[in-house]
Amino acid sequence: MRGRTHLAVGERRWVHGAFGLMAWIVGLVYFFPVFWMVLNSFKSEQDANTSPKLFFHPTLDRYKDVTKSATGLLSFGEAFTNSAVVVIVSTIIVLALAIPAAYALAIRPVHKWRDVLFFFISTKFLPVVAAILPVWILARNLGLLNTRNVLIILYTGLNLPLAVWMLRSFFREIPRELIEAAEIDGAGLKGQLTSIILPMAAPGIAATALLCVIFAWNEFFYAVQLNPVKGSTVPIWVTTNISTRGDFLAKLSAASVLACIPVVLAGWIAQKRMIRGLAMGAIK
Amino acid sequence: MTSVRYEHATRTYDGTSSPAIDDLELDIGDGELLVLVGPSGSGKSTALRMLAGLEPLDDGAIYIGDQDVSNVRPRDRDIAMVFQNYALYPQLSVAQNMGFPLKQQGVPKEERTARVREVARLLDLEAYLDRKPKNLSGGQRQRVAMGRAIVRRPAVYLMDEPLSNLDAKLRVQTRTEVVELQARLGVTTVYVTHDQVEAMTMGHRVAVLKDGVLQQVDAPGTLYHEPVNLFVAGFIGSPAMNLVPLGSGRPLQLGGSTLELSPAGEAAVVASGANGNITVGFRPEALEVGEGPLRAQIRTVEDLGSEVFVHLFLQHSGENLALVAKTSPPFAGRPGDNVGLQITGTTHLFAGDQSRLASTTASFRSAVSA
Ligand SMILES: Nc1ncnc2c1ncn2[C@@H]1O[C@H](COP(=O)(O)OP(=O)(O)OP(=O)(O)O)[C@@H](O)[C@H]1O
Ligand SMILES: [Mg+2]
Repeated sequence: MRGRTHLAVGERRWVHGAFGLMAWIVGLVYFFPVFWMVLNSFKSEQDANTSPKLFFHPTLDRYKDVTKSATGLLSFGEAFTNSAVVVIVSTIIVLALAIPAAYALAIRPVHKWRDVLFFFISTKFLPVVAAILPVWILARNLGLLNTRNVLIILYTGLNLPLAVWMLRSFFREIPRELIEAAEIDGAGLKGQLTSIILPMAAPGIAATALLCVIFAWNEFFYAVQLNPVKGSTVPIWVTTNISTRGDFLAKLSAASVLACIPVVLAGWIAQKRMIRGLAMGAIK
Repeated sequence: MTSVRYEHATRTYDGTSSPAIDDLELDIGDGELLVLVGPSGSGKSTALRMLAGLEPLDDGAIYIGDQDVSNVRPRDRDIAMVFQNYALYPQLSVAQNMGFPLKQQGVPKEERTARVREVARLLDLEAYLDRKPKNLSGGQRQRVAMGRAIVRRPAVYLMDEPLSNLDAKLRVQTRTEVVELQARLGVTTVYVTHDQVEAMTMGHRVAVLKDGVLQQVDAPGTLYHEPVNLFVAGFIGSPAMNLVPLGSGRPLQLGGSTLELSPAGEAAVVASGANGNITVGFRPEALEVGEGPLRAQIRTVEDLGSEVFVHLFLQHSGENLALVAKTSPPFAGRPGDNVGLQITGTTHLFAGDQSRLASTTASFRSAVSA
């Protein structure tokens, strides 16, 4: 008996070790390209394009190159502002729509709520390419091409189903009695939302908002189709650093790093909340 | 003046075939503490939630005072509810929790604070006003939940098993406190519990539910001494009443002795029909262990100090029948001893349809000596 338990414990430790090692390897494999990109962004074009070099003379010149605005071209500042506006406005709209929707689906389920929920997620089944032509024609007819507004509308639409699903599962975590108690205590919808539901679901709402921000910030396909010139976002700006003549790897790396920073920052700041929020949502 | 009236109130949950509350007729007087009791799943919470407005009525009506509240929103019913798990708002302090209903009513801040303080003093919670619920003990949380109900001075209190999360000792103590508080405030209260001791000790009247159907509403004493049917007889009282099915034979026989009834009892049995299945019930304190014509064997003896419960086996139509007797100490019998039993108190007779036929005096007479 004793021997067996010892063996079992030893075995488990070995398995744990193996899994841990694998996790590290996978993590490093994922991280390596990012690491290489950051490294490249501090190199000269020459260094970046010659055989892989770990030791070099670091320079911030590439960052200066990419942030320098040239006339006629999309500047970093413009792109950044556009992205910020599009991302923040669309996320606020998403939350403003998704919170009442999630309330209606989780706390006071409307008739046929399952169908409604399925409908939301079914909008994600279609390939984006299949929709781009009608969307483009619509946008053109409405005079929305090359505006921030078209992206705000699209990103709201893109993130809404996800936000409704996530928020619904967070709202369901709130004990029913709490909402009933608030109801008896005289709280209307507004009172229930502001005093009970929103404070309790705050981590979940933060996680949802963060995901919306990240998806909107990173979105490229719609941005490049509908908004390639004025009002363009950071992902488009990154690609403008690809030039047809001369080397651009280091420059592109620097631009990419800049594009990543806000997302990484947001993720890092919200890390704790987000993991809690995501884990909470995953239970249901 | 706030009375409460259930009128043919019925509730069937979606996706279930039988009603959770079936045609409930119940009148609760102004200032009364009425206890709803019943086994798990009998519909107690449903009945309470219907009164709170948390469950819609499928049929019938509910009145609070003179007003038909069947279609009135919970917050407009002027009620306060204490939940089993207290349902305290976790992100609010004790003071904010208790002040929450007042805040929703738009009571100005100063008055709010004053009223919360007053109730906190009443419930001995003053030291905890700034704490969050998670930093309180179970008993303190329970008091905060009570406080939140009291502070708004509603017309009716609803309590759904508010003591069931407390340990036994605290439960007994809090029970008394709740009774005192209710008497002092004089507010009509509907109190739900599955614990018949709690029901008997707290209720002015007790309503017994089974499978969504109201069995009996009466003062605790009446419920104990005059249960309307087998279910109430078996549910009320601890240890439970001894209930022995005696079949349709006449005269009534138990374990080789004859049950001799008073003339009134005899008449009731006759009136119930010649072949009706009769069940006889007698409380543990009505069963005397010692000399008696009914032969039984002691299984276990529970000596509680102030009283002794004797668990016995009786041979009845080839089966081992368990009985309980209650005596006062000292008791000399030991497990395995053969003893004689006799009935010294009231005997209840129940008909085949489970209703009570009569409560009467009776005694066992040895069939052999007859
Ligand atoms: N939301 C619901 N949907 C369907 N059936 C329900 C629902 N709530 C309760 N029921 C059923 O209704 C019946 C009565 O339930 P209720 O909660 O009122 O019982 P209770 O007497 O309060 O029991 P307990 O002592 O366990 O709290 C049970 O059979 C239960 O399964
Ligand atoms: Mg219940």
